[in-house]
Amino acid sequence: MTDTDDLACIELVELVTDYLEDALEPDVRARFEQHLPSCPGCEEHLEQVRRTIQVLGALPQDERLSPQTRARLLDAFREWRAHPQPEA
Amino acid sequence: MGDDSRPAPTVDEERAAVDTAPTDAADADPDARLLVRLRAGDEAAFSELVDRWSAPMLRVALIHTGTRAVAEEAVQDTWLAVLQGLDRFEGRSTLRTWVFRILLYTCRGKAERERRVPPISDVQRSAGEMTGRRAFAEDRFLPSDHPHWPGHWSQPPRSWMRTPDDALLGSELRQHLSQAVAALPERQRQVLVLRDVEGWTSEEVCRLLGVLPGNQRVLLHRARSTVRAALEPYLTVERP
Ligand SMILES: [Zn+2]
Repeated sequence: MTDTDDLACIELVELVTDYLEDALEPDVRARFEQHLPSCPGCEEHLEQVRRTIQVLGALPQDERLSPQTRARLLDAFREWRAHPQPEA
Repeated sequence: MGDDSRPAPTVDEERAAVDTAPTDAADADPDARLLVRLRAGDEAAFSELVDRWSAPMLRVALIHTGTRAVAEEAVQDTWLAVLQGLDRFEGRSTLRTWVFRILLYTCRGKAERERRVPPISDVQRSAGEMTGRRAFAEDRFLPSDHPHWPGHWSQPPRSWMRTPDDALLGSELRQHLSQAVAALPERQRQVLVLRDVEGWTSEEVCRLLGVLPGNQRVLLHRARSTVRAALEPYLTVERP
């Protein structure tokens, strides 16, 4: 830990997204990965960010257009098809 | 150490990125066939698109409009605008990017009319949201002049409960998650919802929102950091 190249935790936590996006410079990535095994706090943080992404991805996806709106859109499509060159 | 801010990209840089963003030709568009059928007046193609995209469009619209009714109106207006513009669509972006871009403009217009907020450009909006909160308050770390462990944890994060996915999304947690997302600044919210909720790629999001990849990552990072912090009280294991 006396290595001057070691990342401090306060720096590492701001690099987590770039790490997960594989956008770190190779040398920074190496320092990032070198830091993790010796630091339970940063490992936990990285895990929590991963969990956060996972939970966001599991938000319910049940939005749906009302049948009225859907029907109106299909009407509009038929109208559009019947008049393919609408006046500007 | 202590250099906590990335260089903020200038407005010009971001605008340049929008102008020179790689254009995805129509042949790279997974929906190219649907577009051809659509233009040929194939109603099944239109209803397939409406059914496939209206749910994500509604969720994105809800980010901006706040109410379900206005969001639905925005989605409807968007599809009508798509029909109007279909003949003029040149395929310089994918069909999906084009449709969602119309949606964003539609929502922005509605939101501005309702809240009477002065319109500011996307670029200004992004720039304003690039700075700001760090992932943790500084007092979670030892000071930079600490003799042995400068910048290392003074209060490391406590572990989170390991719960199966369905329990993870209990209604209380889900509500707090939704509130945390809703409270994000607009640009961060757009990026977070598209990336982490809708599962879009970073390339698609950059193209839709007209942001540089680096800026997109900063916005995503700020947003995820805030949401993680909001989940913390609900998922942290209680100390005995
Ligand atoms: Zn650490």
